[in-house]
Amino acid sequence: MSASALALTDIHKTFGDTRALDGASCTIRRGSIHALLGENGAGKTTLMRIAFGMIAADQGQITRHGAPVHFRSERESIAAGIGMVHQHFMLIPAFTVAENIALGGRGRLDAVAAAETVRRIGAATGLAIDPQARIADLPVGAQQRTEIVRALAHDADVLILDEPTAVLTPTESDELYRWMRRFADGGGAVVLITHRVREALAVADDVTVLRRGRSVLQGVAKSLTEDAAVTAIVGDRLAPDVSAALMPTDGEVLFALEAAAVRDADGRQRLRPTQLLVRSGEILGVLGVEGSGQRELLRLLAGRLAPSEGRVQRPDVVGFVPEDRLHDAVIPAFSLTENTTLAEAGALRGRVDWSRETVRAQTIVSDHDVRASGVQATMRSLSGGNQQRFVVGRERQRSPRALVAENPTRGLDVRATARVLETIRAVALAGGAAVVYSTDLDEILSLTRRVVVCFDGFVREVSAPADAEDRTPYARALVGADA
Amino acid sequence: MTEVLLAFWDGAFGSVYAVLSATLVRATPLLFVGLAVALAFRAGVLNIGAEGQLIVGAIGASAVALAIPAWPRPVVIVLMLVAGAVAGGLWAGIAAVLRRRFHVLEVISTLMLNFVAAALIGWVVRGPLQEPTRVYPMSESFSAAARWPFLVPGQRLHLGFVLGLVTAAVLWYVLQHTAAGFRVRAVGAGARAAASAGAVPVARVASRAFLASGMLAGLAGASEVGGVTWALYEGISPGYGYTAIAVALLARLDPRWVIVTAIGFGALEAGGAAMQRSAGVPAVAVQIVTAAVLLSVLALSRWRARDRDEASA
Repeated sequence: MSASALALTDIHKTFGDTRALDGASCTIRRGSIHALLGENGAGKTTLMRIAFGMIAADQGQITRHGAPVHFRSERESIAAGIGMVHQHFMLIPAFTVAENIALGGRGRLDAVAAAETVRRIGAATGLAIDPQARIADLPVGAQQRTEIVRALAHDADVLILDEPTAVLTPTESDELYRWMRRFADGGGAVVLITHRVREALAVADDVTVLRRGRSVLQGVAKSLTEDAAVTAIVGDRLAPDVSAALMPTDGEVLFALEAAAVRDADGRQRLRPTQLLVRSGEILGVLGVEGSGQRELLRLLAGRLAPSEGRVQRPDVVGFVPEDRLHDAVIPAFSLTENTTLAEAGALRGRVDWSRETVRAQTIVSDHDVRASGVQATMRSLSGGNQQRFVVGRERQRSPRALVAENPTRGLDVRATARVLETIRAVALAGGAAVVYSTDLDEILSLTRRVVVCFDGFVREVSAPADAEDRTPYARALVGADA
Repeated sequence: MTEVLLAFWDGAFGSVYAVLSATLVRATPLLFVGLAVALAFRAGVLNIGAEGQLIVGAIGASAVALAIPAWPRPVVIVLMLVAGAVAGGLWAGIAAVLRRRFHVLEVISTLMLNFVAAALIGWVVRGPLQEPTRVYPMSESFSAAARWPFLVPGQRLHLGFVLGLVTAAVLWYVLQHTAAGFRVRAVGAGARAAASAGAVPVARVASRAFLASGMLAGLAGASEVGGVTWALYEGISPGYGYTAIAVALLARLDPRWVIVTAIGFGALEAGGAAMQRSAGVPAVAVQIVTAAVLLSVLALSRWRARDRDEASA
């Protein structure tokens, strides 16, 4: 029998015109913990979904114990002994643990047998859960154990965990890591998808780093330094053009957070008490991987979210460019004119003067180079880049002094990206302030030298390095290397 | 076959009488409830309780008509309209509160309230509003002051039809040309964007549209008792509130088109009744045709929407 439990070789996958995987390879040895590292959008999850049979690769080979396999569905990969615990759990909250585990089987839903299985696996592995507990009543850590137990109930010997520690407390994480080690020692293999470099190097045997859909590093964790891993993750891309980046100013304070914090509906602290000032003439760059608190930070500043503690001071009207524009910024079925009016909808009174609104929409379209058949065209009929230029233009028109933008260039082509960044720069240059979150470090560095990084709900200001083109301090903070 | 279709045509459009005393009379309540459903759906509120709101509106209007039989006719008519609207609005209000406070799906609560309304009217016509002899499950006939004027001498078409047309025009204007109407449309078409980009109080706007929808359905009840039956009966509505959903959807929730589809469904009902009388074809046949037409139209519009989404993706 081959030593590789699962091997993916030269995998390619394209979604629409996005190249998600471009020659990614990964070999998972039996009895090992394998960390899969990379930035947001590097292709980690996509690669593992292909391994799990959820999506088909365009090209490439998968072998199991040395023999080629083709999984056409999750059912087939589960039958072949692969289990995957997704970042968002695939459990039915109203069902009990046993019922959720029985669900995977064919024929009759046998919750009694499943309960027995849960107890047996609990006794054998230490992953104890009450089979009769309802998922909705369980803490997140126990839900995750349920997912793992479900995979083990199907005799998985390869277990893929997608960002498993993102939802766990440090103690729970340690417990999970100890369990992973026991599982590997027993002959299983674990794939740990993560962006936490330090943790990954501490617990994993092997490491694969993906960058822009390619595997750029495959090696043994022990022989890797944190710096080497971080460099592989962020890459040695061409240095960003930092010549136009704005400097911090000591102008009038436009935004101020005073110990402002945000808790979600479940009481989890999404953003820890934060002090922050943004002054006139500044662009504040915000970095952070998914779920680090940047979403809450931006919404506090934009006035779309009230702090659960502390105070927020901000201008009366703040332009806001949310990441999910088709849900949060515009109404696809409405015309450009109606979408212009939408921004004032809450404050409007009496009759709507459509001829005036039409003129306002035309101004946005011409000032911001929006390509549309006319202002009566539906938002849906525009390309993504044009939609985004419209949104940015509209928000700039209503609030010339304060703009908060969340991943504003995501999915845009070069021309649209340049246009959007230009508008953001113009706000600050005209004496206003802009706050921009982006997953693209280079983009942030080309805009500003004032950068904060969100990690685990903490907002940390990263002081600009002497060499303006040096990205290491940001990259390290981003993946929690200094946390 | 020809005979059947002729009977249908005669009953719906074949004569001045057919149009003015059958088709348009049946279109009148459909117009009000159709507008009610269109307004709610526009706001993203799936109010399928127009039937119950119509019944409760009829009870409210009847109570006023019976309480002040000797007042001047214009006053009585206005108060009947007010009572119908308020009663319908309150009935929708129950579901609106359940939705906003306890997140009860309005599809379920409004449907349930339809049955409660049916039981309520059964009790009212055997209890508080029963005619004095206490024999029939109906109210006393209204006084002359509470009987709405006919529009054309010798025909049964009444004031309610004109009010319905005016209501459609007003609703169209409000939705298209006022800030409040724009908010309703925005909440229905994209609640998240309305809240995030426009600072629209989504829950409040939806609740108010829900209440207004109930009020419109209540007007249908007032119009039926004031213009057609002149008394409160248990079977005041042969399911107008359910037909209203088809009326509104076929009109693509546009108040102007609701006028057309309400008259269309009024004609189907009138023609179907005539067909049953003179050709012996059960009126259910019409319902089958209606349902088939509706399903085809909805499937077609879904299909078009999907094509459009794919083209833009």
